[in-house]
Amino acid sequence: MLAVIGCRDLDDLFTSIPPDCRFDGAIPVPPALTEWQLGDLMRDIAETMTVRPDDCVLVGAGRYHHHIPEIVRSLAGRSEFLTSYTPYQPEMAQGTLQGIFEYQTLTARLLGLDVANASLYDGASALAEGLLMGLRIVKHSRRVAVSTGIHPHYREVVRSYLRPTGYEIIELPCGPDGRTDLSPLQGVDGLAAVVLQSPNFFGVVEDLPGAADPVHDTGALLVAAFTEPLAFGLYRNPGQGGADIACGEGQSLGLPVSFGGAALGMFACRGEFVRSMPGRLVGETVDREGRRGFVLTLSTREQHIRREKATSNICSNQGLCALTTTIYMAALGGSGLRELARQNYDRSEYLKAGLVGAGADLVFSGPTFNEFVLRFGGDFAPVRKRLQERGIVAGIEIGTWYPPLAGCYLFCVTEKATKKDLDTVINEVRA
Amino acid sequence: MNGIVGASGLILNEPLLWEKGGKGRRGMSMVAAEVPEAPIDPELCGEGPDFPDLSEIDVVRHYTRLSQWNFGVDSGMYPLGSCTMKYNPKLNDRLAATPEIACVHPMLDDACSQGVLRIMFELQEFLAAITGLDAVSLQPAAGAQGELAGMLIFAAWFQSRGERRTRILIPDTAHGTNPASATLCGFTPVPLKSGADGRLAVETVAAAMDGETAGIMLTNPNTLGIFESNIRAIADVVHAGGGLVYGDGANMNAIMGIADARKCGIDVMHLNLHKTFSTPHGGGGPGAGPVCVVRALERFLPGPRAVQDDGGYRLAAGGPESIGRLHAFHGNFSVLVRAWAYIRSMGPVDLRQASRLAVLNANYVKSRLQGTLHLPYDQPSLHECVFSDLLQHGDGVTTLDIAKRLIDYGYHPPTIYFPLVVPGAIMIEPTETECRDDLDQFVAALKAVVQEGRDNPELLRQAPVRTKIRRLDETRAARHPCLRG
Repeated sequence: MLAVIGCRDLDDLFTSIPPDCRFDGAIPVPPALTEWQLGDLMRDIAETMTVRPDDCVLVGAGRYHHHIPEIVRSLAGRSEFLTSYTPYQPEMAQGTLQGIFEYQTLTARLLGLDVANASLYDGASALAEGLLMGLRIVKHSRRVAVSTGIHPHYREVVRSYLRPTGYEIIELPCGPDGRTDLSPLQGVDGLAAVVLQSPNFFGVVEDLPGAADPVHDTGALLVAAFTEPLAFGLYRNPGQGGADIACGEGQSLGLPVSFGGAALGMFACRGEFVRSMPGRLVGETVDREGRRGFVLTLSTREQHIRREKATSNICSNQGLCALTTTIYMAALGGSGLRELARQNYDRSEYLKAGLVGAGADLVFSGPTFNEFVLRFGGDFAPVRKRLQERGIVAGIEIGTWYPPLAGCYLFCVTEKATKKDLDTVINEVRA
Repeated sequence: MNGIVGASGLILNEPLLWEKGGKGRRGMSMVAAEVPEAPIDPELCGEGPDFPDLSEIDVVRHYTRLSQWNFGVDSGMYPLGSCTMKYNPKLNDRLAATPEIACVHPMLDDACSQGVLRIMFELQEFLAAITGLDAVSLQPAAGAQGELAGMLIFAAWFQSRGERRTRILIPDTAHGTNPASATLCGFTPVPLKSGADGRLAVETVAAAMDGETAGIMLTNPNTLGIFESNIRAIADVVHAGGGLVYGDGANMNAIMGIADARKCGIDVMHLNLHKTFSTPHGGGGPGAGPVCVVRALERFLPGPRAVQDDGGYRLAAGGPESIGRLHAFHGNFSVLVRAWAYIRSMGPVDLRQASRLAVLNANYVKSRLQGTLHLPYDQPSLHECVFSDLLQHGDGVTTLDIAKRLIDYGYHPPTIYFPLVVPGAIMIEPTETECRDDLDQFVAALKAVVQEGRDNPELLRQAPVRTKIRRLDETRAARHPCLRG
């Protein structure tokens, strides 16, 4: 091969790199491991993890432990999906393209809006992109209003995205029912968007229909954020609540928790705003023989065509994560999603009632889905420690993010928590 | 193997999900109700989404058939320039799915997460070692978000100095994400023309650099596959003018252990872990775009990052000058695990060798195709080579026709019509994981296509004919958008 190129050795190929740019010596990383050595190392690392895969983790706060059926792993792991890339050549990527078209469809139906994109990185960046989109749509706007009931990490990401461009972020407090207080919006002008998360960080279902009119009266768009889309199997979805844009996290629909990633930013909006939308879109069309097929479309919004005038800098989507959640939604079906959502609600209400019966106080009075916040009469930390020794992680303390709520605990109950686990927690608290 | 790779086989049709199934079917088992039904306010309830109900075998056949309409690196050669479509070891996928790792909840105490924090900490160290830079944040979820992190760091740096700079220099060979990321941070991109040799000249940068300019974004090697040999001098000019230098590490696969970003004068650089460090591209993601910086910029990095001290590993939040979070948690963590595993399995020798072989393969293809295709920049190049369809103009066939006909031969086409500085560009990146036999077969296929273009150009214009569907009407898709069913 070198002879064909006309080089003596491999070093000859790198003459264009000046000596003063060269790497000195070997890369200072550890020596290579064989496949079995690496397997052993990973086993050692796995053994240091104190929370085991079969433990009962009653924690949500943005990532949710749900049962993932084997067909999801098996089908999403097919290497034709796994080892392809962005479908630039649609004739040899119809699997990916139809898969994304189906993802867009199920996402739009789940969120109750007209159109969904092919996905963004995660719920937090999807929210930031949603607010930037609002700022593009609402002329002469300079401000967005963000509920403090939104996941604190999401609000941090929004601040990061908006900081250099100087847009103002107004934070809206939550009342005793855990729902957002919209009264600070009165008299505010230049507002592009008001965003509520529902269910919010405290698990409380916001009154989106009640918020829609006051928000629209200010001239702003209503943006609905979410971290637990399973709630829309039971509760009204963002579109039914009057939202113009919905953006949030899709992890709970078939993706492992995996320390928070890979994640899935779900993003949908009303049809009239589609050309302001960030991210890739797949559309239906026909081939030369009139057969149905799918292509990437409306790409004049995107960076590879519009460069600095694009609606976002995003290039790829979270392709495989989007496909995985579509397989999950297909396996679950409409009636399955409703039943699963109900199971989450019932189990969560069971623990909530049991702990209140054991002496805990519910911090917020509003309706919840599968998460809720409690305050305990005594110190809950030792109880939680004892439960953890028995393989149950009983909520998280949220004072780190909400100092006035120091000593309050956020619980999450999904279908994975058995009645036995829940009774164990209730009995431990009662004791 | 003789003959061409592409062949026709039986392909099965499959409708859309909601065109099949029947109410009451279910593709997964449901846990038994163990607790009583709780009362709920009917005012709050919706009807539930209008999803189809499918059985398990409905779902399995649906996605198995869809997968068979796809082409991946595991199917065949995928020389998509600038995308580094190399084979990714299967082991890394399995390690990322280790049950103890896949179940870690990100809101628990550091004490519960020692193993995953160790992986993050070590990966931060490895990426610093490979780039030559000092500090790393793993937050960005993709290359474009890594660029955004870099531009936010630029903005934070000038803010900390009380300076207001508005312009960013970006060569015309750059990916579109570069100007888009700069704009998102309030900068105005200033395009710079690259020279006749495909490189950016120091004088071009010097003429554009001023007190309003925050710095430059450079991809090195650039999208022509050419190393920006003037980078040191360019960095000196930018630094002398008070600016910063951003290195887009999209093409790191060419230079691991060969070029040192710090010595090139780069202050901030992102890496595309999914390209260079082994994550299957998943039909478009997830990827990961960690951002690496010199010490002076460490305080601006997005947080939290993993740190090690006497008590073990812990997450350290960004300080007061940090640009803040870019992801709800720690980026695409499962991709980070794969990159960590890849680096551990390669070690220092094989990482460098991977780059050397990637460059060897690209140069071999370039040499074999010279004369068949026009080479607009006949310069020493690294991991990819960019041809054009100039020689085919007389035959009335275009880059698009050549690309589509290659599909019939069983290859994913190269990147086409990019970079924009080459009209009709054909950008080939074979990567290190193709052997000589496979490269020869690819070259033979491309030459056969070019010959067909001369003898029977209509064959190319009609291509592809062996795929499940033929060329699609993209204009119709855009004029009458149908984005959902």
